[in-house]
Amino acid sequence: MGNIRINVNGCEHQLEVDERTPLIYILRNDLGLKGTKLGCGLEQCGACKVIVDGKAVFSCNSPVSSFANCSVTTIEGIGTAEKLHPIQKSFVKEKAAQCGYCIPGIIMAAKALLDTTPCPDKEMVCEALADNLCRCGTHPQILKAVMRAASEMRK
Amino acid sequence: MKLSSSLENNPDIDSWLQFHSDGKITVSTGKVELGQKLITAFTVIVAEELDVDPGRIIVITADTSGSPNEGYTAGSNSMESSGMALRQVSAKVRQVLLEKASQQLGVQVENLNLNDGEISCSLTNQSVTYLELTGGKNFNIKVSEDVVPKSHDQYNLIGKKVPGIGYEELVTGATTFIQDLEFPGMLHARVVRPPGYNARLQELNEKYVWEMPGVVGVVVDGSFLSVVCEREEQAVRASKKMSGLAIWDESKEINTENIFSQLKKNNRQSLPVIKGVAELSAVPSMKPPQNSAKTISATYQRPYHMHGSVGPSAAMALYDDQEIKVWSHSQGVYPLRHALADVLGIEEDMIHVVHVPGAGCYGHNGADDAALDAVLAARAFPGKPVLLKWERVDEHSWEPYGSAMQIELKANLDKSGKVLYWNHETYSDTHLKRPSSHGKKSRLLASWHMQLPKQAPQVKPITGYHSGIHRNADPIYDFKDRRIVKHLVENLPLRVSTLRSLGAYANVFAIESFMDELAHSCGRNPLEFRMDYLSDYRAKAVLEAAVEKANSRISSKSEGHGRGFALARYKNAKCYAAVAVDLLVDDYGSIKLLRAVIAADAGQVIDPDGFRSQLEGGLIQSASWTLKEQVKFDEKGITSQDWESYPIITFADVPEIETILIDRKDSPVLGAGEATQGPTAAAISNAVFDAVGLRLRRIPFTPEMVLEAAAEA
Repeated sequence: MGNIRINVNGCEHQLEVDERTPLIYILRNDLGLKGTKLGCGLEQCGACKVIVDGKAVFSCNSPVSSFANCSVTTIEGIGTAEKLHPIQKSFVKEKAAQCGYCIPGIIMAAKALLDTTPCPDKEMVCEALADNLCRCGTHPQILKAVMRAASEMRK
Repeated sequence: MKLSSSLENNPDIDSWLQFHSDGKITVSTGKVELGQKLITAFTVIVAEELDVDPGRIIVITADTSGSPNEGYTAGSNSMESSGMALRQVSAKVRQVLLEKASQQLGVQVENLNLNDGEISCSLTNQSVTYLELTGGKNFNIKVSEDVVPKSHDQYNLIGKKVPGIGYEELVTGATTFIQDLEFPGMLHARVVRPPGYNARLQELNEKYVWEMPGVVGVVVDGSFLSVVCEREEQAVRASKKMSGLAIWDESKEINTENIFSQLKKNNRQSLPVIKGVAELSAVPSMKPPQNSAKTISATYQRPYHMHGSVGPSAAMALYDDQEIKVWSHSQGVYPLRHALADVLGIEEDMIHVVHVPGAGCYGHNGADDAALDAVLAARAFPGKPVLLKWERVDEHSWEPYGSAMQIELKANLDKSGKVLYWNHETYSDTHLKRPSSHGKKSRLLASWHMQLPKQAPQVKPITGYHSGIHRNADPIYDFKDRRIVKHLVENLPLRVSTLRSLGAYANVFAIESFMDELAHSCGRNPLEFRMDYLSDYRAKAVLEAAVEKANSRISSKSEGHGRGFALARYKNAKCYAAVAVDLLVDDYGSIKLLRAVIAADAGQVIDPDGFRSQLEGGLIQSASWTLKEQVKFDEKGITSQDWESYPIITFADVPEIETILIDRKDSPVLGAGEATQGPTAAAISNAVFDAVGLRLRRIPFTPEMVLEAAAEA
């Protein structure tokens, strides 16, 4: 067991946990942030993506100790139903979700892209989502939603 | 009007619809939400008939404590059964409310208006609310055939203003999936499966598992192993430890002979299919006509495919004094309850199954199996909820796959190229192995591994209209003389069950590829060739619409570019769909989809966006199966254990899609969730032929397969 300091969605947490624990379990079970989804535990599907120091990263496999003193943003940290982030708003507008399980990870990957690349083309979006899987086949609506969000965020 | 089949079993209005004092209306269905936007469609149907704001409606999905028993949410049947039941129930309620209001206000029904829960009369300036009219009491009436729902010209919502329901929750991560359930004092469990289908536990030194942090339970029931812990990551770690400690007898191997050889060699039961129905009679011999000038034949093959849900299966179980409560993402809570009761040897009313959404399942995946796993893990912890989740490897290795299939087609043509005789034979394992009541036998995975193992019930050929293997085997074309045969093949190596569209995917792939082959064999345009045999104007309309739209773009053909199309009507009775695909084939056999067009007709359109996403999602999933997917296995077990060994389509592979919805407002609503699966596979194969003159008849069309086909050609 170790003592780990971590900032999640702007809140400082001091956690007494087994430091080998993958971040996702801490987020979901200790901090109650269930929006981050467990899909494979192998860093292959992207359902678990969160943003750490500006980059979209997998949370399903890396130990929480590797995030010590980092700032982690989860899907809950970017907007709420009452105050949606522009990307979330665009996903709602485009109805870009079928089952929706993959969506939080995809939105986090899209946010990391749009935060540094306000004018991406479709290829750049596909590249940013290259390791995010969607089995329902909602890709067209998701791509439209990300492009719409980019244009909204530029306004 | 004819009543929905769901009302025959559950005719009482009160079991479907309830008004509440807060102005909300709860609507119960025996169906479940799988991402197909069933809740949206049902909300709109009820809101439309009752003229209320859709925000008032709360749809309660399947729960064995109260919802109507509507079996499985499967087969593209929900709209036609549950959806139409709700339309008829709501129409009846509307009629009753108007009659009551008329009496109470002393005005004719014709002079009354309904507006968001209130009935008013503008002549007398009177009004009364729905709730005042019902007095919070039950209706105590049944729906009868004289019910008259609104006509489409009275619609305000259907096909027009359909709200997006549940999106705010999905995009903020607030939706509770089965994997997200959290109850006070709950425990976490994982399973440790045998390394292969036939492996059985020889030895396990539990001591070292108990020494792992957080372990509170080790379940060993024959070869069924599970570990229960205080924390989730402890369960993951302990299960890995347990997996390493278990010693298995792996002497019984899986038959790895080429699956298509096994499909032809193994024992089988063969039935003729007449007008879409398999008959329990001898298969007639082939009778090619005397005036046949040309015989053409071809064999088409599909491998085992995976459902590949992005969220591994899970379930929560709780033993308390009264009952066993199970939270599951099963497609059929009532049949699952039966199946669990059989395995546990208890009465089914001792079990309460509640549906909680999981990630998309696309058919019978691991959901039901996980429910039994959770029950077995929770058994030793009365009063404690146990959340059991499968790991990725469990889902990939143990889910019941879509059956491998071989389809042999033969046609006799006359001198002019007219089809005189059509012969279709499909070889396949069953596509229907959902768990239900099977007495002493069971289809739940863990039951086969328990100390007193259950056997899987023997599979019998299913004869119903376009079911399983022979789904869409009977072509929609007007061939006068046809012979359709289904072969249910026994002793095949992998566990299988329903995967979206069942046999239709490969049957349509074969039929529509073959139609293209026949057209080219006599120098005909494939569109015109099909039209010669189509008398159904709705089938013609979708085909023409898709091809016309596809031809309106990308006129000049560059090297390696091809266009192909295909058509089907799902089960010859549901949604019509035509798909046209433009693609590029490079020198290395790699296929790049550029653009796709879908034209579809599912009768009256309720939710255009939901309809479109089912069609497009089906196309993308089918493109993934067709271009990339194949479950691989060796003597020991499944080797497709993760997304690297079983790759699926990614964003960069997805083509631009244009979808044309043909809204037949006066026609009955038809199920649309599985319509594009078959046509997509054939459209891709036909486009490859158009591009490079190569016929691809074995799925998946990976670069290796394409180069192999080129070498054989």
